[in-house]
Order: sequence, then C-alpha cells, then structure tokens
Amino acid sequence: MLPPPVGGAAETLAFGPAVCQIRGGMDLTFDAAHEAFRTEARAWLAAHVPAEPLPSLDTASGFEAHRAWEATLFADQWSVVSWPTEYGGRNLGIMEWLIFEEEYYRARAPTRVSQNGIFLLAPTMLEYGTPAQKQRFLTPMASGEEIWCQGWSEPDAGSDLAGIRARAVRNGSGDGWVLTGQKTWASRGAFAEWCFGIFRTDPEAERHRGLTYFLIAMDSPGVTVRPIPQIDGETGFAEIFFDEVTVPDAQVLGDVGAGWSVAMSTAGSERGLSLRSPARYTEAAARLIELFDQHGRPHMSADAVARAYIDAEAYKLHTYWTATKVARGHAVGPEASCNKIFWSETDVAIHETALALLGPRAELLEAGSPGAWLDGYLFALAGPIYAGTNEIQRNVVAERLLGLPRG
Amino acid sequence: MDFSFSDEQTELRQAVRQTLGRACPTSALRDFYEANAERRAALAHDRWNAFAALGAPGLLVPESADGLGLNDVDLVGVLEEAGWAALPEPLLETAGLAAPMLAALLPAASAATALGALLTGNAPVAVGGIDIGVAGPSSPTTVAADGMLRTERVVGARDAAVYLMACRDPDSGWQLHAVPAAVCAVHTTPTLDAARDLSTVHWPLSSDTLLAYGVAAEASISLMADRGAAGSAAFLVGLADRMITLAADYAKDRHQFGKPIGSFQAVKHLLANARVKLEFARPATYRAAWSLATAQPTVSHDASMAKAMASDAADLAARVALQVHGAIGYTWECDLHFFMKRTWALSAAWGNAATHRQLVLAQARRPHRSKG
Repeated sequence: MLPPPVGGAAETLAFGPAVCQIRGGMDLTFDAAHEAFRTEARAWLAAHVPAEPLPSLDTASGFEAHRAWEATLFADQWSVVSWPTEYGGRNLGIMEWLIFEEEYYRARAPTRVSQNGIFLLAPTMLEYGTPAQKQRFLTPMASGEEIWCQGWSEPDAGSDLAGIRARAVRNGSGDGWVLTGQKTWASRGAFAEWCFGIFRTDPEAERHRGLTYFLIAMDSPGVTVRPIPQIDGETGFAEIFFDEVTVPDAQVLGDVGAGWSVAMSTAGSERGLSLRSPARYTEAAARLIELFDQHGRPHMSADAVARAYIDAEAYKLHTYWTATKVARGHAVGPEASCNKIFWSETDVAIHETALALLGPRAELLEAGSPGAWLDGYLFALAGPIYAGTNEIQRNVVAERLLGLPRG
Repeated sequence: MDFSFSDEQTELRQAVRQTLGRACPTSALRDFYEANAERRAALAHDRWNAFAALGAPGLLVPESADGLGLNDVDLVGVLEEAGWAALPEPLLETAGLAAPMLAALLPAASAATALGALLTGNAPVAVGGIDIGVAGPSSPTTVAADGMLRTERVVGARDAAVYLMACRDPDSGWQLHAVPAAVCAVHTTPTLDAARDLSTVHWPLSSDTLLAYGVAAEASISLMADRGAAGSAAFLVGLADRMITLAADYAKDRHQFGKPIGSFQAVKHLLANARVKLEFARPATYRAAWSLATAQPTVSHDASMAKAMASDAADLAARVALQVHGAIGYTWECDLHFFMKRTWALSAAWGNAATHRQLVLAQARRPHRSKG
C-alpha cells in the first residue's frame, strides 16, 4: 500500500537512556543502602520463615507458635526495624520499614500476632508515653513476650466511638483509677496479656471530652474475658468485662481527659501507614495472577484480575508518595481515610476474584489453595468494618478533604 | 526513593495555573463554545500565545535545540493544570508528543522545519494516525479514493501549521511524517465537546515529509502511544479534580430540607468515592511521567496503568458531579458540561480504561520487585 521510504528519514534510532536528565526531586529507585538492606532481610527471612504455615493464631497453640515466631524475629532485630535501638529496633526510616514489609510478605512469613501493640499502640506510646512507660512496655511488646489487645468499641459505641460509657473513677488512696464497664470486638483479646483502651474519667463531660487512655494488665483482679467465636468459628476477638479494676496512675497514657486526641493518633496510624503495608496486597495480587494462569486465563475474569493487580500496585505507589512526605517530617493528614477505604476494598476485590476463578471449588476448606483464598476472603471482609467503618471514613473524606458541612 | 516534586516543578505548575486562570477561565470556554469560526480562531491564537510565552510548547525539547530542556515530570503538572482548566488547544499533542519526537528525529530536514515552527510559538502541531488497542498501537490511516492518505480524528488540525501523521502498512510497517498544513485537505468533525478540535485529514504521502520508518518509526510510535496515554491521564486527573471541586462547592451552597445538601451522607459518600479514586490515580500518573523521563523498561506498563486509573477516576468524577448538581448540572448554563465532555473524550482517547487494564495485565507477570 505505501511506497518504500527514501530520503533523509531515520530508520534506526536510539531512544534511551532518557532524552533529558531528571533535575532533582523525583527518584523512584531505591539506593544501594536500601537494596543492601533488602538483600539482608530477604536472606534472613529465607533462612528463618517456617516451611509450614503456623496453626491459626486464634487458637491457644497457634497463638503460642506465633509468639515464638515474634521472639525469633526479635532475637535478630527484625521485629520492629523502625523503632529506636534501645527497644530492640534498628532505628531505621519508613522506607526501610516498607522494604522489610515487602520482603516479609514475599517470604509468606506468619501473621504478626503482636500487630495491635507494635503497629497501633507503639506509635502512640512513642509520642505520648512517659520515659518509664516506654522503658517498661516497648521491649516486651517487640519480643512478643507481652501481646496487646485493643479496648475501644463497646456494645453501644462502635462507629460512634465518642459514645463510650465504660468509666474510670479515682481510687480511695488517690494513686490510681477504678475501671468499670464492657469493651468488645477486642482482637487477640482471648489470649493477650495487656489491653489499651479509653474510658470516661469525667462523667459530666460530653462525647469526646473527659476520656482517658489506659494501659491495663489482663490478669488484674476484676477483668473477665469472654471469647467471641467469629464467622469461621475461631475466637479471634473477645468481650472484656471490667468490674472495679484498679489501674495505677503510671498506666495512664497521655493526660487525664485527653484520651480522645491520644486515641486519634492511634487511629491515624491504623488508617494511615502502619496497619496495612502495601506488600500484603501486591503479594496477594501476584498470587491471584498465578491462579489466573493456572486456570487458563479465562476471559471473563481478565478485567477483574487486572483491576486487582492495578489497585494493589496503586496502593504501593500511594504509600511511597505518603512515605516521602512522612520522611520529610510532614503529617499523614486526612488522606489516611482514603487509604483505609482503598486497601480494604482492594483486599475484598482480590479475594472475590480468586474465588470466582476457583468456581465450584471455592467452598472447599482443604489446606492450601482454595482454602487459603477462602480464609483470606473471610479476613478481607472484616476490613471495611474494623478500624472505623468505611462509611465513617467516607464522612471524614467528605468533611476534612472536601470541606463539606457536618450532618 | 523520593516520590515528590521539586520546588521548581511546583513553581512551574503554579505559573501555569495563573496563566490559565487569566487565559482560560470558564467564561472563556463559554465564549469559545458559542463563538463563530473566525472568533474561535482569534481566541485560540491568543490563548496559545499566552501559553507559548511560558515556553510550554518546547518544554520537552533539549536546550541544544532551543527548548526548555525539561522532562515528563515537569510536564505532568502542566498537563494536570491544563485539565483543571479544560484547555481547548492541543498542548499534549504539541508539547508532549510532537515536540520531543521532532527533536529526537532532528537530522531529518522535515523535522527541523516543523520544530522551528513549533518553537516560534505561533501555532500548535496537530497529531493523528495512532490508536491504542489491546494488541498495542494501530493506525486508523487508510488510502482514500483520491490516492491521498485519509486519517480521521486528527487532533488540533484547525490551528496547526504542521501535522505529525502516522500510517502503518501491513508489509512495510509504520511511517511517521511531518506534513505542512498547506498540502492537506481538512474536514473538521463536529464532536460532543465543541472546544475539542478533531478533523479528518487527507494528506499526500511523500518522501519529503518522512520523519521515520521501520524500526525507528516503530520506536517513535510506541513512545508516542505511551506519552499519549500518560499525558491524557494527567489531563484527566486535572479534570477529575476540577469536577469534584465544582460539585463540592455546589453541595456546600445548595440548600434543601433547610440544610446544605453536602451535609447529607448520601451526597458526602458519592463525592468521597470520587475523591478516593482520584487520590490513587495521582501517584500512578506521576510514576508514569517519571518512567517516561527516565526511560524505564516498565514505561508501557506504567503509562497504561496511569491511563486505566485516570480514565476511571475522571469518569466517576463526571458521573458524581452531575448527580450532585442535579438538574442544573444537566443544563448548558452550568459550566460542568465543559469538563464532563472533555472527560468523556479523553477517557476514550489513547486507549480506554478496559483496554489499558488488559495491556497492564499482559505485562504484569514479570514482577519488578526492587523497583518503584
């Protein structure tokens, strides 16, 4: 159809490396030190991650197996790489933490039984804790010797967390508090040694005022734990009843009456960077593509598989974007509420797509695939509910990012 | 790892926003929509000159060839601002596609002439003849009954002095030409977005206009397809941001049941969903720009991912913004339709979201574990 080309036109052309040099600013590669850290983490994990998956951490024996794994991590300083060295960390930055997480999920290492403590409480304690509190609590938290659960929700205070009724009053000797009330949906509550929670210390105060953040030993007299079987029959969370439980002043985190703002800093961590690292989703998406291949790449699943992969990848990029801000000393901000909506929905979508690929075999509970996808699906379904429901997060996005008026 | 823009890049973006605030407010878009051909040409010419004064057309051209010597990471913010303003003129085609291509092909005399015209700032460059499908780039260019080549959906032909045109022969492969406007027959095609300039162009095939063929043309087309996808993604991100902002402002102002409608959760959640999609389309779009600027081996994957996410984000923003505005948003009088119409056009141009998702999936099997 076209005549053969002649004249001075180019037939060969070299396009790279880049026509232009990047002048400062953006660089999406990791430097040699980061790559060396990655190599070290990868080698350690390859040598230490158990070959067989550990039993469920929501059983008594599985809980202890996971605790032992935490001790193994801690012994070689891999438990909390971003913490100060005095508490068992490596004093590394957020990028190293993300790299470690990428390698952790790549190695398919066990779920962190200590995650409530190390990811949710620890950032708050590092910010608000007294020197004595940090000294007392952080190291056993990092080693798995003491596992923490969260005492926030109550039967009548879920999404409306400011409606907390569990109360704390001054004790007779004036050196502590007496706690009474009920907390619920406490993950790891069935087996944990410690609980962090918020209680109403000023009965006259309204809503989010007059609340105080407490650290409570679960073996204190007056604490009763009633495990709640979850949708899979295992006791992943629990109700905790407090019947005149005495807690010394040394176990108040932050100021008396300032519990809401202290707690919100934990909530920020949970919704923001520390609870769900992107590696969790990029690894799940990579396994989804393997499953898609194993099933002959069926046309009807292609778009959903691509969406799942893209969203996991986008969450990773967004995390690097946010981590750059954090590394420069900026706050995460209300964008964190976008995060929580996005990762929880991505997690559900990845697992729904996998179950669709498995078709009639999806209901089988046998070990390995498909059972692992089903377990993952059940876990993913909790994501849009815990850590502040996605409906609450949408309110936060609308009010704090878009400036819409409170209803 | 540093995923942020430099201060200079932020300043460039602010300068573009200021320029567009003066040269392309919504009142100017309305004028442009409703003006006759002569008036439209004058408006377009003035607006292009305001942009050219910033050096924008030559942004990706090396300083040695009289350009600004900047890169795609600088350009992405400029394109996002152009999207925010729904700029009618072919900035992506001229600055993003034609200029760096002409500069890279400079030994060819036709490239030198065309690049010179582009950098003097009087006229944009039109681009046509490349589509993106699940099998990669293809060309809509065919041979017409009069023996000329016929290319539909050429962008920016009305005001351009030079047309960068592609064609593909099943046997001899791709050719890329820089064709003077004077030798082309141009039939402007009405489109839903009256500020968009699409034409069917009949052009003579001549060795005088040939820029590249064979392997070089294929590499050029591949790069243009990636830049087209990534650049339109940036434009769509700007459009999405603008539509969400317009709708949020309206929701704060409009009262029903004695309250601003933005205080109702049903309205909040619509807008929050659109805002979340935009939040995650942005870093994907910026990563694609970085991959273009640094010639990453993953550039096609990254550009496709950006376009898939930005198309979806802007489509949702358009849908939500219309719903939040209610009946007023469905009127000619409301400015929203300028942004919705450009969104619908660009969402489909350079490969739609579903197409790019399949392109991403085809390249997703090789994990790039140590790269961003």
